[in-house]
Amino acid sequence: MPTLNDYLILSAILFAIGTAGVLIRRNIITILLSVEIMLNAVNLSFVAFGRALGTADGQIIVFFVMTVAAAEAAVGLAIVIALFRHRESLNPATFTSLKW
Amino acid sequence: MTITPMLVAQIILTLFVFVMLLNSAAVMVYVERKVAALLQQRVGPYRVGPKGLLQPVADVIKLMFKEELRPKAADWFLFGLAPIISAACAFAAFAVVPFGADTTFFGLLKEPLRLQVADVNVAVLVIFAIASMSVYGIVLAGWSSNSKYSLLGGLRSSAQMISYELSYGLALAAVLLVGNTLSLRGIVNAQAGTWFGFLPRWFVFLQPVGFLIYFTAGVAETNRAPFDFPEAEQELVAGYHTEYSSMSFAMFFLAEYINMVTVSAVATNLFLGGWQGPFLPESLGWIWFLLKVAALLFFYVWMRWTLPRYRYDQLMKFGWKILLPIAVINLLVTAAAVLYFGA
Amino acid sequence: MTLFYLFGAVAVIASLLVISQRNPIYSVLLLIASFGALSGLYVMLEAPFVAVIQIIVYAGAIMVLFLFVVMLLNAPHEETEQDERLHAFRRQGSLRFGAVLAIALAAELTWALTRGTGETGAFQGEAVSSVQAIGKALFTDYAFPFEVTSVLILVAMVGAVVLAKRDA
Repeated sequence: MPTLNDYLILSAILFAIGTAGVLIRRNIITILLSVEIMLNAVNLSFVAFGRALGTADGQIIVFFVMTVAAAEAAVGLAIVIALFRHRESLNPATFTSLKW
Repeated sequence: MTITPMLVAQIILTLFVFVMLLNSAAVMVYVERKVAALLQQRVGPYRVGPKGLLQPVADVIKLMFKEELRPKAADWFLFGLAPIISAACAFAAFAVVPFGADTTFFGLLKEPLRLQVADVNVAVLVIFAIASMSVYGIVLAGWSSNSKYSLLGGLRSSAQMISYELSYGLALAAVLLVGNTLSLRGIVNAQAGTWFGFLPRWFVFLQPVGFLIYFTAGVAETNRAPFDFPEAEQELVAGYHTEYSSMSFAMFFLAEYINMVTVSAVATNLFLGGWQGPFLPESLGWIWFLLKVAALLFFYVWMRWTLPRYRYDQLMKFGWKILLPIAVINLLVTAAAVLYFGA
Repeated sequence: MTLFYLFGAVAVIASLLVISQRNPIYSVLLLIASFGALSGLYVMLEAPFVAVIQIIVYAGAIMVLFLFVVMLLNAPHEETEQDERLHAFRRQGSLRFGAVLAIALAAELTWALTRGTGETGAFQGEAVSSVQAIGKALFTDYAFPFEVTSVLILVAMVGAVVLAKRDA
């Protein structure tokens, strides 16, 4: 039977993978996908803790995290579309007009 | 894992449901053509077998022997994956639909077997989840064919499906308020008995608007007329399955018919009392279930060949501006009624 | 336990492939597979409601949104030819730094979680898995965040439409 530690380690690994995606990739959409991976890792640890404590709180917080993630994905993708219209590129390194 | 008779019975039941779904698609092919013919005052298939009954067999053989084309510029992995996703989601959605009461097969089994492949207690949500996954089959088919008709058809079709999912879910939510459980079997059992001795306690009498909304959204979800603009022959060649031939096309075809059967079966369970009916004993309730599902499927085919098609913008406007507010108001009124009458 | 390893392996491998694919469509599809595995894990944690909501909301709605945007933008690959030929650790500065940092994070977290006397037994106590209990808590204890979330979604909808509109 998997213990709480097993779930937390899995959550940690997924979180690290998500962080790697954000730091390594140069495609805005893949960066947003990596953020989603991180949010899912956190969801997993919430549900695991909720189960360990025997309350429904973990699942309710996950409910809210999913909603916020949906809202953030929608707005983030709208921004990506608006940026793409200006520069025809999805590489964050091309948006340098505010650089010194 | 020990091999008990119950396990064997369960496996046989699963295979039986699978085979029956395939058969139902074949039967629907024939029924569609015959009913279309009747509605158009002609005869329909009559050569192949007595009264054309072997027509579906002929269709299947034709589809199997056609050449399997693959456009060179298509993304081969996604091109092959899309019909698989469509067909798999169509079959999976039926896994949680109950089609009869517990039965012991005339005493062969020691304990009663539920006529349902998987009895989960969030069955309604599972059906909704799998319906939202079947959007991917269509959108990937449209994208991977690398042809403009397919892409437009795929994007339009999937936009239509996700728009009507909202009304679908809200109509389901209203039924859940009345039925007070998420398990399909529980909702059917809550519709047992009659009022005044003759009117069965079906939810369609408590939720007429909800039934209409659910069925309309179901028709739009399965991309059938009058909401079949994205795959209509006169408009977009054949929409998202333009580039498919032979067995891949057959899989899309199959997925569409099985989705129709699933929508009808779920509507029967939620609104029309499932397998309950007056004269037969409980263990033969599946006969009533079949009759009700057949009635709804006939209605599906009837609608296709009678109503003109909605144009795409009319279709989206209907889904968002008309059906969704009605579904929300339906939910509000139902919630108020449940609170007031304390059901 | 084998089921946990199976779902965990699928989730981890799918996530690794998500961040290493060049074609964003494959990334989105692999992420959907990862979400499916996570949904299985939620079922194992006796949270069927969250499992189904994960499929409905994440895999069925948010990923469709990502897929639409990727298809409509139809952007080419972003890395230069030279970057693509090198392994992640040998690319130029920031990429190598990022990869090393992520591995350091994973190692640290795993170390922190496996030492000491943490929870080592199976889950004790009852699980709260019925939708009724969740609904009750959601509408009584968490009613305020619930209402605020609905306002948040409205704001996000309006914002997304305004941001993505063409300047007419």
